[in-house]
Amino acid sequence: MTTIQADNFDWIPLTGAKPSGKRPYFFDDPAVERVLAITMAVAQEVAVIRERLDTVERLLEKNGSITRADIDTYAPDPASATERAEWQRMYIARVLRIVQQEIEAMSKPENNVDIEAQAEDLKRN
Amino acid sequence: MSGWPSPPPYNLVGKHGVSPTFKHDDIARFNFLAQLNTHLAATVVPANATAYEKRVKPAFVAEHGREPTDRHEVRRAMLKDAHFQIWSALRRSSMELRQQNGREVVLRQLAALNQKAAALNRNSPQLKLDPTFVPPAYVSKVDFHCMPGGYVGELLPDDVGAAANYDIGIFATTAGGLGCYNDGAGLAVYEWLKKRCAGEMPKRILDMGCGPGHTITALAKHLPNTEFVTVDVAAPMLRFAHARAKSLGVNNITFIQANAENVPEPDASFDVVYTTIMLHETSNLAIRKIMAETYRLLKPGGLSFHLEQPQYAGLPPFEAFMRDWDSLYNNEPFWTGMHDLDIDQLMADAGYDRANMFQDRAVGVLDEAIFGKQKDTGEDFGRKAAWHLFGVTK
Repeated sequence: MTTIQADNFDWIPLTGAKPSGKRPYFFDDPAVERVLAITMAVAQEVAVIRERLDTVERLLEKNGSITRADIDTYAPDPASATERAEWQRMYIARVLRIVQQEIEAMSKPENNVDIEAQAEDLKRN
Repeated sequence: MSGWPSPPPYNLVGKHGVSPTFKHDDIARFNFLAQLNTHLAATVVPANATAYEKRVKPAFVAEHGREPTDRHEVRRAMLKDAHFQIWSALRRSSMELRQQNGREVVLRQLAALNQKAAALNRNSPQLKLDPTFVPPAYVSKVDFHCMPGGYVGELLPDDVGAAANYDIGIFATTAGGLGCYNDGAGLAVYEWLKKRCAGEMPKRILDMGCGPGHTITALAKHLPNTEFVTVDVAAPMLRFAHARAKSLGVNNITFIQANAENVPEPDASFDVVYTTIMLHETSNLAIRKIMAETYRLLKPGGLSFHLEQPQYAGLPPFEAFMRDWDSLYNNEPFWTGMHDLDIDQLMADAGYDRANMFQDRAVGVLDEAIFGKQKDTGEDFGRKAAWHLFGVTK
């Protein structure tokens, strides 16, 4: 097994290395998949920034001042963890809203009347 | 109740002697993923059944004059469906995010982690690595569950990175369902063995394919008077599993680098030989050799068992199709073929008597530290760690 030395080790590009095996693409146009993967990575980072801000707020509220080490060792109590999880839950529901709406359209076709058809119908009735 | 939300915050993950150091944002990334996976499982996954019933099956019937008869027909039809496409793309994306997040934590401190493990492993007679060992093609050709480098890849000397990354991601991907120490399967096996063996616990147990050591370490901790041996093909897994077990005070396991098809132990030398969630990462030829090895290694009257998901035979095509997703789309290429095999027939071919075969369930216990005390209702709330068990005695 070939290994490299620690002092030549640029780990950042290795974090995103492609696993062996051809990647499946699910959309008719692979460009859609590419944009989705980028969007989800950005969505994750927004969640990370928000959680960090929440940590800063809670530490400031409690201690008045903070260090970066305080942020890295912060562990929420159950009540704080629940509030943070609820924010995450709402956040993901917000990001994936169109998926929810498509599921509702599919599940309840009776609530999915074509608007053009309705417009024509209202002109007549 | 414990008061922790679902999914529980990643801070609760259990730490041991080869745990990496986490920064705030590493934990936040895993919190996001746990919440994303929980959302996908609760709201996006079930809508595949709606898409199938309302759109895909009617279209198939209109074209062919009949319903799909197997999971492959269901899959080819579902691949054209917009809902299956967005769910699959999100799930694949979540897997890839998980790998990058875990690798970020591990690789930026890899040299230090390797040294921590090496210090715990130095001169141990219970870690037997073979530098000449060549891993079988079925573990080196495709990287299982999208782990770059798979189980066997090494980047730095004395590498434990693949195992450390595997170890830290499970708490996020299962929303804590396997416990702080990912010991859900180990506890399930322990509870099952206790009932099965009724007080007289086995003296010598072989585990095939220990991976990062979650299962065997939990089991060995509960059976301190039993001698455990495990084989695995991956040096990074064995180094990590040995160091992790030592740091958790578990000393009754010998870790050997070897293939489960050819275990360097004498005939009739174990009371129990088992695998947990491992057979689906082998091949059609290998699984037969592994079954034969279990038979050779067991003492007369010994017990062999394998934990997996249920076989597909008899399942409705749509359910088999959903259970098969990981095979083609999360790099588990033998999952699909393995779940079509007749395990009893494999055992019979290996020499076992059909009269001694049985099937059962092994159910994990939810971690009280996360989920509080649970009433044992025998019901699966969708978070329980539970497996199908194929068993046989020699």
